[in-house]
Amino acid sequence: MIMTAVKHAEAHCNNSFAVEETLQRPFFHMDCRVWPIWRNHRCAANGYSLHHMSQNEDAEIVHFDNVGLRYGTEKEVLTDVSFTLYSGRFYFLTGASGAGKTSMLKLLYLAQRPSRGLIRMFGTDAITLPRDRLPGFRRRLGVVFQDFRLVPHLSAFDNVALPLRVAGVPERDIVKPVTDMLDWVELGDRSHARPATLSGGEQQRVAIARAVIGRPDMLVADEPTGNVDPDMAIKLLRLFEALNRLGTTVVVATHDVHLLRKVPDSLIMRLDKGRLSDPTGALRYPPRRTVAAPRPDMVLR
Amino acid sequence: MNLIAALTGNPREEWRERASAESRLLPQGKLSGPMPWVIAIMIGLTVVASACGLALRNTARVASADVAGGVTVQIVNGAPRERDRQAQAALAALQGAPGIASARLVPQKELDALVEPWLGTTAGDDVNALPVPALIDVRLSGNADSAAIGGLRTRLGPAAPDARIDAQASWLAPVFEAIGALQWLAGGLIALLAFATVATVLLASRNALSNHRATIEIVHMLGGTDAQIARIFQRSMAVDAAAGGIGGLLLGVITTALLARQFAALGSGMMTAGGLGWTDWLVICCIPVGGVLLAVLTARLSVLHALKGML
Repeated sequence: MIMTAVKHAEAHCNNSFAVEETLQRPFFHMDCRVWPIWRNHRCAANGYSLHHMSQNEDAEIVHFDNVGLRYGTEKEVLTDVSFTLYSGRFYFLTGASGAGKTSMLKLLYLAQRPSRGLIRMFGTDAITLPRDRLPGFRRRLGVVFQDFRLVPHLSAFDNVALPLRVAGVPERDIVKPVTDMLDWVELGDRSHARPATLSGGEQQRVAIARAVIGRPDMLVADEPTGNVDPDMAIKLLRLFEALNRLGTTVVVATHDVHLLRKVPDSLIMRLDKGRLSDPTGALRYPPRRTVAAPRPDMVLR
Repeated sequence: MNLIAALTGNPREEWRERASAESRLLPQGKLSGPMPWVIAIMIGLTVVASACGLALRNTARVASADVAGGVTVQIVNGAPRERDRQAQAALAALQGAPGIASARLVPQKELDALVEPWLGTTAGDDVNALPVPALIDVRLSGNADSAAIGGLRTRLGPAAPDARIDAQASWLAPVFEAIGALQWLAGGLIALLAFATVATVLLASRNALSNHRATIEIVHMLGGTDAQIARIFQRSMAVDAAAGGIGGLLLGVITTALLARQFAALGSGMMTAGGLGWTDWLVICCIPVGGVLLAVLTARLSVLHALKGML
């Protein structure tokens, strides 16, 4: 019965994604083949399930209400930040260096608690969330750290496999998707390399592969294209878009204005000295979907 | 059948897979270091202390059982004839009396052997120069308590007015007290060693946590649970403690065997009585198991406590 369900899901996925670009095929192939198996695996019963997109379009996924953040007794790095992110949207978070992008992303991926205000994630108050429920939430998130944060003693393969292993996915179901993902980010031949032997761009790609391998509900990326060449940057953006089309909410922090133009349906949030502005109507509901090229005043100085 | 297998999976296989996957999260080699050696020393010392404690307990038990109903009757009279008469009368009064298991007049040869170390081989020959009391070794069917001693006095009073009655247990009371103190000392040493083991494991766990803090933060950010991370540490600690435990057990058993050989060479009855039985060896063999459990529990609790400080 389970196997029938798996086969049905595979067939459905293969049909649905047959029209996707060749570039995206390995990713979708992985998605269709692996996800139904993960869903049915017993690890889900042990609390090790990887979540998958099931939210409705326009369902609220993150809500910040009057959030402030300060480190120690310093002045606030984020002030009165209020916004709502909706499921399946593609958001860019932009702003000058020191505007608070990374701090905001830290709040988004639950690495930091705010000093004040309310944060609701996936319909749950994230501030009063008991500590033992945090892992479950974090498994619904994919994070690309600005400093990559690859595990130094693990190979590129093991780094990418890390979220799956943490989630309890059986080893037999890990090899194929991880290999596919590494091939996709053009690191198939470097799968055994340790992070120290990889260039900055290669480390970046491993970090991105690790963030998306679990097909998270929300992907949070901090300057994900900062260390890669323009071609690879576009390719990675396509990956994010592909993930977004599957229903993943994507939040990309960047100061690369050119990048903003590459995703036509994206919504832009701009941080300026810890305060949020809304140049593209990203924070309105319903959010404006069609966005032209960023206005000149959005260009970072 | 296949459906059941698909639903339930193979728990052992899953556990093995999970352990294998989790063990890759942190570099295992660096967790070890000197830990197996430290645990081996701790376990070795604990085995020796336990063996000593158990041997002392056995000695005390056997000696206590030997002297529990033992009473010595001394006939203290300077006149040899009168002394012998009273001794025979006392022996006759004791033999067959209720509450008396046996009564034996200690032969002159044994008396001479007893005083020989202090008075020389010819001391007993010159009976006029140094009178030695006649001794009757009495075994009571019950304990030689004050009531039993009082009863004996009443019974012997008319037949042997010069009789002095002593419970053998009262002579050995200081020895038993010393043995008891040594047993407490062994227990205290075991407790201290356990405490030292806990402290060592605690320090090692914190050190390992500190070394791997960055990796642990990443694992946390990827949805790793505290229990997963604690499992990695406790597994590593279990391996170290098991290796150390086996080494320590061997070390302790060899040391104990050498000590036992030395004490057996003394030829003393009390020392022979302190030999370890199979239950004692079973207890000793359980020490490494206890050490492993203690180390694993300490590692788990210390890691979980430290992880609580991380978001």
